[in-house]
Formats: sequence, structure tokens, C-alpha cells
Amino acid sequence: MDLLNAFIVLSNFVLVPAIAYGAQLAIGALGVTMVYGILRFSNFAHGDTMAFGTMATIIATWGLQAAGITFGPLPTALLAIPVGIAACAALVLATDRVVYRFYRAQKVVPVIMVIVSIGVMFIYNGITRIILGPDDQRFADGERFIISARDFQEMTGLEEGLAIRTTQGITLVVAIIVVVALFWFLNRTRTGKSMRAYSDNEDLALLSGIDPERVVRVTWLIVAALATIAGVLYGLDKSYKPFTYFQLLLPIFAAAIVGGLGSPIGAIAGGFVIAFSEVAITYAWKRVLEYTLPESLAPDSLVQLLSTDYKFAVSFVILVIVLLFRPTGLFRGKSV
Amino acid sequence: MKKLLMATAATALTAGTAYAQDAESVPLGILLSFTGPIESLTPAMGSGAEMAISEVSENENFLGGAAVTPVRGDATCVDAAAATAAAERMITSEGVVGIMGADCSGVTTAVLANVAVPNGVAMISPAATSPALSSAEDNGLFFRTAPSDARQGQVLASILNEKGVGSVAVTYTNNDYGKGFADAFQAAFEEMGGEVTLSAAHEDGKADYSAEVGALASAGGDALVVLGYVDQGGAGVIQAALDTGAFDTFAFGDGMIGDALTAAFGSDLDGSIGTAPGSENEGGAIFAEMASEAGIDGTSVYAGESYDAAALLLLAMAATGSTDATEYSGAIMDIANAPGEPILPGQLGDALQILADGGEIDYQGASGVELVGSGEAAGSYAEYTIEDGALSVVGYR
Repeated sequence: MDLLNAFIVLSNFVLVPAIAYGAQLAIGALGVTMVYGILRFSNFAHGDTMAFGTMATIIATWGLQAAGITFGPLPTALLAIPVGIAACAALVLATDRVVYRFYRAQKVVPVIMVIVSIGVMFIYNGITRIILGPDDQRFADGERFIISARDFQEMTGLEEGLAIRTTQGITLVVAIIVVVALFWFLNRTRTGKSMRAYSDNEDLALLSGIDPERVVRVTWLIVAALATIAGVLYGLDKSYKPFTYFQLLLPIFAAAIVGGLGSPIGAIAGGFVIAFSEVAITYAWKRVLEYTLPESLAPDSLVQLLSTDYKFAVSFVILVIVLLFRPTGLFRGKSV
Repeated sequence: MKKLLMATAATALTAGTAYAQDAESVPLGILLSFTGPIESLTPAMGSGAEMAISEVSENENFLGGAAVTPVRGDATCVDAAAATAAAERMITSEGVVGIMGADCSGVTTAVLANVAVPNGVAMISPAATSPALSSAEDNGLFFRTAPSDARQGQVLASILNEKGVGSVAVTYTNNDYGKGFADAFQAAFEEMGGEVTLSAAHEDGKADYSAEVGALASAGGDALVVLGYVDQGGAGVIQAALDTGAFDTFAFGDGMIGDALTAAFGSDLDGSIGTAPGSENEGGAIFAEMASEAGIDGTSVYAGESYDAAALLLLAMAATGSTDATEYSGAIMDIANAPGEPILPGQLGDALQILADGGEIDYQGASGVELVGSGEAAGSYAEYTIEDGALSVVGYR
């Protein structure tokens, strides 16, 4: 029995990675849920919007690095994020102008918008690959660790090590800032209130003199910012490859739907639910149990519920369960 | 009945032309993946084989001065149906008497089973390394100048064993290469008394391998054996293992050995070991020189093996005086192994002379050919260690 070491192992392999991953999913899911709540369709192009915003940030980062500008111990990419957001905002606003506005004016049913967004997804996909190519890009610099496993062991004298990467810390801090800013904006500013009004009841909002096109524009701006930030954090923490962003679409949608589509607080909760389920279900619990259980009960097997190959299946299963038993999600969003 | 008659007549005709060609022209198939995942390697491989062909062609001691004409076909590496069709065309319409190929293990297996064996044509693959090919039904028609990964598994296991590593966790890239290699390694390591705590696959091209490393870390072990690709998931696994402090000693298969490895991780990997095909024979250097004179990169992977594969086929034909695979394939093992006069690249003319005089040869070639078992290269591997952030060869096995 050694609860301290058990907790360290658990933190190192489950808690810390899942919190960082959950925060990244939450910001991604916030973008999806904003589009769903205000523009009323599931935006399948969101993963590739993230990839595009991140790509713009990466190019700007390289520019800064070439000019000799760095951000001390923090990744230079954080300085380049505004450029990425601007490029991404230009892209989504142009897309809205050329594509979505046409269908909105025709008042098409949401499923057509979904199909349209799949078309947009393929276009974004192509643009990113033409500009930066399909390969892995590493753009993280600065200090790699807040505390590395070896330092932690030396400091505490414990058998197990705990590593916290700088990018994991940054992810959490940025996520908190983004969420607070978003909630302040939606609840306290006039524009934010008009967006919520438009989301709750479009006709009533129009009657009270809200400019719908302005609401749409602001929504896209926020979505571009959220997508870029989520993409950059994920890319810094893990690695950047356009295809993995496309794959992220599933856990992000699962997070948004589990939390309740259209509900910002639900998107955040959903992100963490999905992240913790994915990590905890595919983790091999042997070491943790060895520390917590008396020796006679220590397991011989790995105590792994699902092989790591099935990581994405976990999001699917949770999605199906939630849709079966609580279609509006945990926080009573709109039903799908 | 009419169809059967026609078919028989057609077969007789093709057989007739094949015999008629014997005197002046011998077509030899070069079946390589000129398109697909290894398309960057195959041009040098094809040219390597053609160097051997031009050396032998029209030599007075080769089947009475017959000309050898190369017939290229695309094996695609991944599409078994396309590779089978290409091989079928070579045999039925071009009348090749032997095939230098194929390269990737999957298509090689398909061509062997569906085309080479039914048609009775011999194949020598320069690059297929899957252990499964050692036990394939080949009627004695299949050989390879590339070693089976089973051999590399044994080499890697014995290095770890000698270093006193008692237990390891294994992770491999999820394909025929990775799975075959991992199984071979595990069998060899356990036979030597070591323990494999977990053998788990990883998918290439993912952003994050912390979950995979979490499972491997739980299983534990003195070292982590990574049998993947250095520019793919293998690097991601190492990164996650180093970050979480799960492992700090590693053992690598040939897919991981490259400058990209030390460039990415540097001295973090100090004390780790690895294996990759390599040998100290003089043939390799001679071949590289010959190749660069011909405008080919002779150091390119498997280019030398391709030269050797084509040379073996042609020398066997010369030794038996026949282009019928059922007759000449029996001679391939004799030519490749001792006793006899050692033959290096560029000495194929001398070899033909010795054979014509009734002597014996021991073909060494560019890759130090030594065929064992069911006709595959014994395999010589370089042992690498990483010290001060640099890969260095410490010996050959």
C-alpha cells in the first residue's frame, strides 16, 4: 500500500494528460456549439478550420523565429496566435459570404447545411495541404517541461516520476482565460446578449431590431478564434498534422453533443468527460493497483479495459449512450 | 471441348516461341514497385538488376551467347491484384524465364502463390523480409537476397540478452513488417530466458502516443523495444516515453535507425542500442563504385541485393544450361554458397567462364550473399549504440 506513489502514477499517465486533452477538446467543442446554437447547423468543417488556423499560426511562428523573436521560456507560437486568428477569421468570413449566406437566404433545412459544411471541409482540407503539405510539423520551442519526471523524482525522493509539460500548463491557463472571456462576452456585453437572443428565438430577435448579419459575423469571428486557439494548443502539446485534426472532429462532436449542443457550459463539461473516458478506459491500471492493493490482491494482468487502438471508439460509445438516454445532453442543449 | 483445344494449341504455341527464343534472347522479369510507398527506392533497385543483366548478356559462356532482355513490371507494393496481373503479363505475353522481385512482402507472397508457382517460374526477391515467406509453399522456386526479419529479431534479442536486460516491453508498427518482427523478437528473447511484459502495436500517423506509452509503462520492463519507423509513430512513442519518464533505455529495429532519430532526441537516448542490415564485405564498396560510374546510387537500400538477385538467376541458368526454372532453380543454392571461387560484383564474366570450365563458384556479390534455410539471405546486421547523442556501429553479427 503506497497511496502517494499510486497518485503520482495516476497523475502522470491519466490526470495530467486527460486534463490537457480535455481542455483542448472543450475549446474545440465550444466552437462547434457556437455554430450550432446561433447558425443552427453542425459544422463538419470545424476540424479543418482548426487545421487552417494552426497552419497560419505555424507560418507566423516561423516568421518570428526567423526574425529572432522568441517568447522566453514560452512557445513563440503564443505570440503568433493573433495572426492565425486573423487569417482564420478571414477564411471563415469569406466562406460565409460565398457559401453559407446563399443557403441561409434560402432558409434551407439544417441537414443541407451539414452537407454544405462537409463540402467546405474538403476545400479547407485541400487549402491546408496545398500551403503547408500533409506532413508533421514541429513548431514548439521554449522550455519543454515545467517539471520533468527525473527532476520530480530527485526532488521528492519518490519512486515514481511526474512530468508536467509546459504546453500542458499553457493549455490549462489559456483554456481558463478563453472560457472566462467568452462567458463574460456572452453574458455581459450588448453584442453577446443579442447573440443569445438570436439563438433563443430568431424571429423575436429580428423584431427587436437585432441585425442578423452582424450576429453571424461576430459568431464566425469567435469561432475562428476558438478554432485557432484549440488547434494551436493541440499542435503545441502533441503534434501538428492536418489529418489528425480531421480525426479530432469525432471527439469534439462527441464532447459538444454529450454536453448538450448549443450549451457553452455543456461543451466544456463534455470535453472533459470525453477526455477522461478515453484516457481512463484505455489506460492499463496495473501499476496503480499494485500500489493501492495489498500484495496478495495485486493483479497479474494489465487491467486494461480496452486496447489503445480503440481510443476513438470510446467517444463513439459515449455518443451513442447519450443520444439513446438523454438526447439533449447533460446540460439540456438542443436535441440533435 | 473446342475451347480446350484452342487453349492447348495456344499453350503449345507459346511454349514453342519460348524455346525458339532460347538461342538468341532470354527475357528476365524485373518486378518492382515503381509506384507506391517505396517508389523512391525502386529506380536504383531496377537499375542495379539491369547492371547484372548487361554484364551477362551476350557473353559467349551464357547459353551460347544469348542476349538477356529486362522486362519491367510494376508491383505497386500494396495492390496484390495489380502485382499479380503484372507478373502474369510478364510470363504469358513476354515469356520471362525468371523474375527478379517482387519487393514488398505482401505483393511478393501474392505473386509467388498466384503466378510463379502455378507457372513454374523462379523468383528471387531482393527486399521482401517478412518471416512468413520462409514457410510459403514455393515448390523450391522462391529465394531472397534479403534476410528474414526473424533473423533480425534473434540478433536484437541476443544483443539485449548479452547486455543483461532481463525484461522488456515491445511496441511495433501495426503492419506485416512490425508484427512479424515483434513476434520473431519475442520468441527469440523468451527462448533466451528474457521476459516480454507487453507486446503492443501502435498506429502510425497519430498526434499523441501517451496512451500507448501509459500501457507499456504499466507493464514495465528494463527497456522499451521500438520496432517502427523513425519518421512515423516510432518517434512519437519515444517522445511520450521520455516525457513521462516511463523508459529511458531503448532498443531499435532497422526502421528506427537513422539520423532523424538522434537529431530529434540527441543524448536523451544514450545507452540505447539498435540493429540494421549491414555488413563489412568488400562487395558493397565495389558495387557502389560500379553503380556510381553507371550513374546510379549504389548505396541506396536494396540496390545491391537487386544486383545479386538478377545475377543469381542468370548464373544458375548458365550453370545448368537451361532456362527452365524447374531445372535451374536447384542450382541457385550451390552457386550462392561455398565451396567455390568467390565472385564479387563486376566478376560475372569470370564466373561464367569458371562455370563453363566445369568449376564451382561461391557468389558473394554486393551484399555478401549466403543463402540459408529455404533459400533466404542469412543476413548480416550492424549493431549500433547511441553515445553522446550519436549513432555508432560497434560490430557486425
